[in-house]
Amino acid sequence: MANEKSTNVAGARPEGATATRARRTLSTPARYVINTILVVAFLVIGDLMVSGGAISRYQGFVLQQVGIYIIMAVSLNIATGYLGQLPLGHAGFMSIGGYSCAIFIIRVSEAIGVTSQDFINGTPVCGLLFVVGVVFGGLCAALSGLVIGIPALRLKGDYLAIITLGFAEIIRVVMLNIDTVVGFELTGGAKGLIGIPPYTSFLNVFAVVAISLFLIHTMMKSRHGRAILAIRDNEIAAEATGVNTTYYKTFAFVVSAFFAGVAGALYAGCIGVMAPARFGFMKSIEILVMVVLGGMGSMLGSVVSATVLTILPEALRAFADYRMIAYAVVLILTMIFRPQGLMGRYDFSLGNVIEHLMNGELPWARKKADKEADANA
Amino acid sequence: MALLSVRDLHVSYGAIKAVRGISFDIERGEIVTLIGANGAGKSTTLNTIAGLIKPDSGSIELSGESIVGVRPHKIVEKGLALCPEGRRVFTRMSVAENLDMGGYTRTDAENAETIKVVYERFPRLRERVGQFAGTMSGGEQQMLAMGRALMSKPDLLMLDEPSMGLAPILVQEIFDIIKELNRQGTTILLVEQNASMALSIADRGYVLEVGRTVKSGSGKELLHDDDVRKAYLGG
Repeated sequence: MANEKSTNVAGARPEGATATRARRTLSTPARYVINTILVVAFLVIGDLMVSGGAISRYQGFVLQQVGIYIIMAVSLNIATGYLGQLPLGHAGFMSIGGYSCAIFIIRVSEAIGVTSQDFINGTPVCGLLFVVGVVFGGLCAALSGLVIGIPALRLKGDYLAIITLGFAEIIRVVMLNIDTVVGFELTGGAKGLIGIPPYTSFLNVFAVVAISLFLIHTMMKSRHGRAILAIRDNEIAAEATGVNTTYYKTFAFVVSAFFAGVAGALYAGCIGVMAPARFGFMKSIEILVMVVLGGMGSMLGSVVSATVLTILPEALRAFADYRMIAYAVVLILTMIFRPQGLMGRYDFSLGNVIEHLMNGELPWARKKADKEADANA
Repeated sequence: MALLSVRDLHVSYGAIKAVRGISFDIERGEIVTLIGANGAGKSTTLNTIAGLIKPDSGSIELSGESIVGVRPHKIVEKGLALCPEGRRVFTRMSVAENLDMGGYTRTDAENAETIKVVYERFPRLRERVGQFAGTMSGGEQQMLAMGRALMSKPDLLMLDEPSMGLAPILVQEIFDIIKELNRQGTTILLVEQNASMALSIADRGYVLEVGRTVKSGSGKELLHDDDVRKAYLGG
């Protein structure tokens, strides 16, 4: 799903031995077209399987969760993998996005007389409400990310972790008690926010996933992304080469919060009830585990591990008593045998794979060419 | 008018005063060096000029314009580049990407031109465009750090300990390159512990001791000054 602009790093692979004629390349528009077709095909087939009954209600529900956690992991990866900070309050942004979107949709649909059934049938008004609500949830989370990020990003490492952890707890406690403070029903407090219309489906969740991945990927390939990576590598050098480090650290943090808010908005619609207790410290850790397991700085890694770690506990339900142990063992083994994460820093680009195929550069062909080059040398 | 003029600069880290009233000037086209022992305040001075640290008091003027309190990225845009101590290349980026970052404040078209000049100056970098900077040797990393600083086409290039941790033959190579850069029109402010090398290529030098300028003169004068010889050049 990762669209990759050709970064013209000449000589990234040993030329000469294989490249007797000009290397065939895939233009950026062609890459976009191929990826778009694949994403649309994936969405259509998935949607047909859901409506046709090939995917059960329960499986569809798990799949939606997979999509939501993919966005969570990829968004945390911006702050952890790309920016190199360690925020521990990602669940806080998720809850802000979830609550604000859910409250927005509940209130507006009451005001204009849209029922839950309309959401299930998917009327155009509901589609609009969904889009506005999800973006609204993201923006609320981004705003809180800005408020938290400005003081928090003055700190580094452990200190940043603790301060973001503290902020996430504040958010949780606010959600719990704000009704009493403001004096009217807003979040529903400890008993939770109920009556959220089921505004998510396989189709719209994964459409949002595709759009989020595309936006984050494009951002990271741009000069803004390069600035963020430079800060991770060496903050002083980044500053000395002319990167406004304060701005870009805050920017990355806010973008990370925005997408967490979007995921939260989807979560609210998928689960149908919001309770502050769901967004505690453990939720933040769970998402951090996904990022670390997948490989910090690899979008593909985040996607794969979010998928595996969401499905695994469900798939292990048959072994109810042992499933959390199995889950823990998987984590421990991965960290022992693959500490850099499943994918390390590798990122998948379909465009590049096709380019290799167009040039006949297959893994085994490359080895042969290398051997010949060695023999000649 | 001097290209860079520093007057009565005071800098402290918390309660520790690192720089206590340093003043110096750099004219266009010169190589000026600041020498001194550990803790003399050399690097602090450079970092303060680059905007990485805020001074307590004093003035820093670039072509007559005060740059005190200006953010580092704005100072780069004004034509002043710092090649920081310990090289600090972007280890997880390729050579080409590192150089690209050096031209961060400039347009792609400008960078395409400058990168050719940098590759001409440092042919070794061209050979390694796709290699991760972190996997290169110390000397190559130093060249990359200098190339990266040059990508912003600075009027004034500040080099902080370019010879640090390099083999003698590489030190010679780096200093030859510095001389050549200067000959082609870049003004250079050089901070060094290797005083004899620095003074031998410098037009003028300043000797710093615990945050103060204790001596100044032409490179040659200082090289033959008895006190300097005793303190920094081993008798």
